[in-house]
Amino acid sequence: MTTKTLNTTATGLGFLPAVFAVVLGLGIMTLTGHVQASALHDAAHDVRHASGFPCH
Amino acid sequence: MFSRILTSALFAGAAAGLIAALLQLVFVQPVLLHAELYESGELVHFGAESVSAHPTLPGFDAMRDGLSIVFTMLTYTGYALVMVALMSIAEERGAKINARVGIIWGLAGFITFHFAPGLTLAPEVPGVAAADVGDRQLWWTATVATAGIAMWLIAFGGNKISYAIAAVLLLAPHLIGAPEPDSFSGPVPTEIGALFAARAFGVGMAAWVLVGTFAGYFWQAEGERAEASA
Repeated sequence: MTTKTLNTTATGLGFLPAVFAVVLGLGIMTLTGHVQASALHDAAHDVRHASGFPCH
Repeated sequence: MFSRILTSALFAGAAAGLIAALLQLVFVQPVLLHAELYESGELVHFGAESVSAHPTLPGFDAMRDGLSIVFTMLTYTGYALVMVALMSIAEERGAKINARVGIIWGLAGFITFHFAPGLTLAPEVPGVAAADVGDRQLWWTATVATAGIAMWLIAFGGNKISYAIAAVLLLAPHLIGAPEPDSFSGPVPTEIGALFAARAFGVGMAAWVLVGTFAGYFWQAEGERAEASA
């Protein structure tokens, strides 16, 4: 019974956890793939080229 | 729910990212380093003398390649977070998620994040002439977004209208065209550029299939574990 209540609560949150995970994932990608700050660019340079992100 | 997404994505992203990094180091990095010899002017082709296609390349650089490994793992963890989150939504709406189905998710992810933008904004070898980076990032982001929506519509739309919208979304960025440079000034031989693009796509596809497989596997395993302990 308790489990059922917990499950309902979890589903009751709807897409919120998923949306948050998507935002977090896109945030990481922006950091590793797009931000042009030179320290980040230099560290991620080879990865950006190999993974198809626009570089330079 | 969120911890299940987070745990599955971290495992899948880190594992696939590590393998992706090693594949890139073996297959992509030598081509990139070769191109950089031309980018820096150390090698010049179409000069008076013919240039060997097999120069001595710098070996493993702990700092540079170590950072590449870390950033590849981070990037793939980002991919995995998005993928697992979408998997959770798909499962809630009745789709089956496991390692086998994950292979198709991985291919869809590869098409979305690597192949679709790369079809017109080809994987760039160092030294290639290119338009303003901000413009290209904007086009890249728009193309990834439209391709991602198209993949979802193809997988879960289920009617002709959604397939038609998907086709339009897939084609539009390429018909509009990506930002291009005013003139071509790339010093790198075309053979290296072509090999780089092929290797980047090949390694990208392999790594993405792994992301999908791992994401499907860990999502299912984490679900079973949570159910067993509940």
